Amino acid sequence: MIEAVLKPGGDAATALYIVAFSLFIIGIKQGTHPTTAKRGNLIAAAGMAVAVVTTLLLDGMGNWGLIVLGLGIGTAIGVIASIRVQMTEMPQMVALYNGVGGGAVALIAWSEIRHGISLGEDFPLDSLIPVIFAGIVGSVSFWGSNIAFAKLQDLIPTRPIAAPGQQVINAVLLLAIIVISVVLAVDHESPSQGLFILLLVLAAILGNLVVLPIGGADMPVVISLLNAFTGLSAAAAGFALDNVALIVAGTLVGSSGTILTMEMATAMNRSVSNILFSGFGGAPSGGGGGSTEERPHVSIGAQDAAIKLAYADSVVIVPGYGLAVAQAQHAIKEVADELEKRGVTVNYAIHPVAGRMPGHMNVLLAEADVPYENLKEMEEINPEMPRTDVAVVVGANDVTNPAAKNDPDSPIAGMPIIEVNEAQQVIVIKRSLSPGFAGIDNDLFYEPNTSMLFADAKAAAAEIAAEIGNL
Amino acid sequence: MSLMTEITIFVLAVFVGFEVISKVPTTLHTPLMSQTNAIHGIVMLGGLIVVGFANDGVEYVIGTIAIAFGAINIVGGFMVTDRMLGMFSRKPRPKAEADAKKGAG
Repeated sequence: MIEAVLKPGGDAATALYIVAFSLFIIGIKQGTHPTTAKRGNLIAAAGMAVAVVTTLLLDGMGNWGLIVLGLGIGTAIGVIASIRVQMTEMPQMVALYNGVGGGAVALIAWSEIRHGISLGEDFPLDSLIPVIFAGIVGSVSFWGSNIAFAKLQDLIPTRPIAAPGQQVINAVLLLAIIVISVVLAVDHESPSQGLFILLLVLAAILGNLVVLPIGGADMPVVISLLNAFTGLSAAAAGFALDNVALIVAGTLVGSSGTILTMEMATAMNRSVSNILFSGFGGAPSGGGGGSTEERPHVSIGAQDAAIKLAYADSVVIVPGYGLAVAQAQHAIKEVADELEKRGVTVNYAIHPVAGRMPGHMNVLLAEADVPYENLKEMEEINPEMPRTDVAVVVGANDVTNPAAKNDPDSPIAGMPIIEVNEAQQVIVIKRSLSPGFAGIDNDLFYEPNTSMLFADAKAAAAEIAAEIGNL
Repeated sequence: MSLMTEITIFVLAVFVGFEVISKVPTTLHTPLMSQTNAIHGIVMLGGLIVVGFANDGVEYVIGTIAIAFGAINIVGGFMVTDRMLGMFSRKPRPKAEADAKKGAG
């Protein structure tokens, strides 16, 4: 079918794989600035094209009908999904991609075991061990990501679901996985396929059980961690298949996921193990509100808010996930446009966990045409807060709670926050005084310079924009 | 390739990965994740090799599913990243034009 064929594992194929992973690295490097990132993505995609075409040209490739079938189905799903997905749904989409990526690795590992057994020779340990590792991590990622997807998509409750004695069950599962892996490796002359399938099943159960108890607020960490896992599993598959492109690309993905996991955990002031093994995130959010006594607060309407904003010199908007839920991004942008027309400086303060995945809020605001120069990171905006006339908190709660800084006994003590309480005035747009994910009262609401605007974020923002226009 | 060569490549790739990715700003972390999803689709090569050299029914099935999964990652990942980055590189409307629009309305 194709004239020029490459020898599998030969120098020409390897050289082309090196070209491919170099293009990945160049592509990610271009992704360090918003103006060059789009080109970087195309460069990385070109690298992928080189890698895929190289593989298709390998000598001895056959079964073209099945290859075309697999490529066709995957491409169709990928195209439709990427066009139809809403930006608010990006966390689900990434969770799903993590899942299918992990699933692909687990399946490849399984067929490598079958292939090795069918040859009837001694299975070399330097490919058997990576195959076992890839199978376990791939299976955990696939099932864990599916649960994360189902939670984000509200197919199953986002509140933690935990069985009694779950830690013990998880520990037993992990132990069983390790024991079976060792048995497989020791028996490398003729590893049992049945045991390997059992390994995949146990890893699947573990993936389900580890993610099920994790609450909605911790999803940014879980998605990042599963992203890192899938990367590691791909690198392991690269060791098994002696393929440099897989090793390098998998490692890049693994590094990225690891960096993002650490950043998310730091932003929540919690360790990764704490998130994975305790159901804190989102646990008490339902019932915790009842116990709080009524504390004095100031309540204002949209017109008062409009006046405060219109006569300010500098305004900082602090968006949280509630803004995305209310689909209020565009309405908030209108408020900012009206203010800018009056010469007010408007910036956005983005907490690292403002959305449901790393950088999510930035994408939601970019979709509403907010220029990226106005999106300020927490470290950048906090020193500006005392010089800010009005800070507007929309749909954010725990990430603005001054108790994190002032009250060492608070459950969120030490969590980095956006210090809106340092601003001259604060307007909080919120439906009620109810607590956020952490289930604790927000001291910010009762500060003398805070005004509460009780309303739906989208409706309130639209009203404020109209009022400013009329001034 | 010897195991030690592969480990050398792996360790160097860890350093390169951390170096390059730690420079990606927070603003671009969501596109970074969808892009790394796409790059992870490189595992499709494994699926292609499985199917391309398979002569057994089970391998046909699992290999084809692996190819489909990988293709979802590659195509969906790069396309959705491109869509998102388009929102960032969109030029902010010049002030004058926005004002003119308001004057007309």
